[in-house]
Amino acid sequence: MSEILKINHLSKTFGKNVVLTDIDFIVNTGDVTTIIGASGSGKSTLLRCINLLETPTTGSVVFHDTMVADGGMKEEAYRAKVGMVFQSFNLFNNHSVLSNCMVGQMKVLKRNKKDAKQQAMKYLEKVGMAPYINAKPSQLSGGMKQRVAIARALSMDPEILLFDEPTSALDPEMVGEVLEVMKTLASEGMTMLVVTHEMSFARDISSHVVFMADGKIEEEGSSDQIFIHPKNARTLEFLSRFREDTLK
Amino acid sequence: MTIADMSFIQRMGYIVQVYSGSLIKGAGVTMAIAIICTILGCIIGFGVGIVQTIEPKHSSNIFSRILLKFVKLLLSIYVEFFRGTPMMLQAAFIFYGASQLFGVNMGMWKAAILIVSINTGAYMAETVRGGILSVDIGQTEGAKAIGMNHFQTMITVILPQALRLIMPQIGNNLIINIKDTCVLSIIGTVELFFTFKSISGALYTYFEAATVTLIIYFILTFTCSRIMRALERKMDGPANFDLATTDTLAYTSGMNSAHYPKRERL
Repeated sequence: MSEILKINHLSKTFGKNVVLTDIDFIVNTGDVTTIIGASGSGKSTLLRCINLLETPTTGSVVFHDTMVADGGMKEEAYRAKVGMVFQSFNLFNNHSVLSNCMVGQMKVLKRNKKDAKQQAMKYLEKVGMAPYINAKPSQLSGGMKQRVAIARALSMDPEILLFDEPTSALDPEMVGEVLEVMKTLASEGMTMLVVTHEMSFARDISSHVVFMADGKIEEEGSSDQIFIHPKNARTLEFLSRFREDTLK
Repeated sequence: MTIADMSFIQRMGYIVQVYSGSLIKGAGVTMAIAIICTILGCIIGFGVGIVQTIEPKHSSNIFSRILLKFVKLLLSIYVEFFRGTPMMLQAAFIFYGASQLFGVNMGMWKAAILIVSINTGAYMAETVRGGILSVDIGQTEGAKAIGMNHFQTMITVILPQALRLIMPQIGNNLIINIKDTCVLSIIGTVELFFTFKSISGALYTYFEAATVTLIIYFILTFTCSRIMRALERKMDGPANFDLATTDTLAYTSGMNSAHYPKRERL
């Protein structure tokens, strides 16, 4: 397994507000890493820093031995290889479902229309959205939008996919259909970094779990280490509700 | 029967009968200037608005940051000056200034189009800026996240949505331009208002000529506002979509939600 992404001493402050302090971790190819923690613990900000949607205040993001944060690699070229799925979907409202999955390929990867369409259809079928290629995002339900967003990210052939609370804006019925797609991807060996509040999902699919509190990594380890034998008191406290429910 | 013996309606009829040619010509000039200048103004407005919304990249150097600041300053001066002074004076200033200072006689058409376009552009710049800012930031992030640069993001995602948002304002500008071309009579442009002045001056029938011209102006603006509405509806596309069912495999996998109620679009 090779190292795909390495976060070195990453910190982020907004004015005087410290959001992330000295974050360090590594993602290897094929890993499914989940980041868990209470709201406001900096999980999403971390993910946005990794994708450079926010500029890290200090520290670095290393992608295959190349520093990304300070000009070692062009932002756009890096982002094209690092897919991102947002909580609020962020599908292009002026494009149809199919076109959402094609524009990136054509504009950024310079693929021709035929190849882009073939690729887009492949992934739209995978997420079960192929019948809806002519629909506009505003005509779809939340779960459908999120599945299209996943297909859009996959169409770019990313080396790693970042998920920023992909099911938090969905009602319970729709959460399932999105998690199902993510599980399939994980089982196929896609490298994924997932911020989520779905604990049982995190427990089941993670090869590595990172627990964050107050902008710091409090504990990390395998799924069993975190969910069954947590050592840190804060991890224990955060997971207590979940552990009670599942041990019953 | 002389004009003096006619009733109000008869005088209007007389004006339409005798001057229909010049009225139509005047209306044509008015419409041509208004449409051309609204389009040119939109192009200027989009250009300026796009530059005004560029955020410097964190990776860009000092020099390009200063250059960006300087260009933005120049554009602000342009916007503030042309929004902040009467178009009638701008027309006089530019038209007579060009001939007096540079010895250039611009000619009626060039001057009219130049003045109204840059004026509309100044207003449109702010409208476009507003339109760009009101497109959800998530759209930009979605585009950035798949590796698009600023220019690609603007062209494929933000501007089409901003354009739809500001369509009512573009309609507004078109209508304002139809009416405001009347100030061009100060540099001798023979448009609808100029025609009105000629008719009323020749016949001394201000009230009747004004009524006829008002009606013509209203027909022009009302038609345009209807056309703009139709354009907006066309941009929104169909309210429903067709399920693509040619691929049987794909259809099965989407079956569970295939009967999701079709939503009416705004």
